[in-house]
Amino acid sequence: MSDFDKELDTSGLNCPLPVLKARKALSEMAVGEKLHLIATDTGANQDIPAFSKMTGNPLIETSEKEGKLHFIIEKGAE
Amino acid sequence: MAKKLAIIASKGTLDGAYPPFLLASTAVALGFEVKIFFTFYGLQLLNKNLNLKVSPLGNPAMPMPVPVPSIVQIIPGLEWFATWMMKRKLKQKGVASVEELRDICVETGVDLIACQMTVDLFDFDEKDFIDGISSGGAATYLEFAGDADVTLYI
Repeated sequence: MSDFDKELDTSGLNCPLPVLKARKALSEMAVGEKLHLIATDTGANQDIPAFSKMTGNPLIETSEKEGKLHFIIEKGAE
Repeated sequence: MAKKLAIIASKGTLDGAYPPFLLASTAVALGFEVKIFFTFYGLQLLNKNLNLKVSPLGNPAMPMPVPVPSIVQIIPGLEWFATWMMKRKLKQKGVASVEELRDICVETGVDLIACQMTVDLFDFDEKDFIDGISSGGAATYLEFAGDADVTLYI
C-alpha cells in the first residue's frame, strides 16, 4: 500500500455515502495529497473509479484486504 | 463548463424520495450543477418535517416477509409497518436517510425549486418548507433542462 496523507473509513456505509464522503475529504486536502479510502460497499469498485475519472482526482491504487476495499486517491488540480 | 443535471421529483413516498436526492447529491460530488424541480406529490419532500411512508398496496414488487394479499393491505397499520420495516432495513444496510441526503443537497448548493402551480393547487404553506428553496414554473425548469446533460423525471 502506497503512503497516504489522510484516511477515511466508510465501512458499513452504502451507496452513495462513500463517494460523498470522499468528495468532502478531498475538498479539504491540498493538491497532490493522497486519500486512503476504505469501503465495504461493493459498488465502490465501480463508483470510485467513475468518481475519480469525472472529478480529475487520479486513482493511484485499488486493493481488497480482509473483505474491505482500499483505494488511494490523489487530490488533482482544481 | 460543468455538466448539468435537471430532475423533476413528482413522488412523495419514502422510496420515491431516494432517487432525486441520491442522484443530486452524487452529481454534485461529480462536479455537476443540479436543479430539482418538485411538483405534485414531490412537494412533500420539501417539508421541514418529513413524514414519508411506503405502502405495499398497489405495489406487488415490494418484498414482504410473508406474502400479504392486496385485500389485507388496506388494514390500518400495515402501511406503518411497511414503513417501519423499510426504515429499519435502510439503517441496517448503512443507507443514508432521506433527511441526510437532502441536507447534503442543501449544503452543496443543489437548487431546490418548488413548482408554484402545485403549491397553489394543494394549498401548501411555504412556511412548512425548508429554508433556501426557490419557486418556479414549467419555463423555469425547461430553461435549465434545455441545456442540461442529463434530465430525469422521477
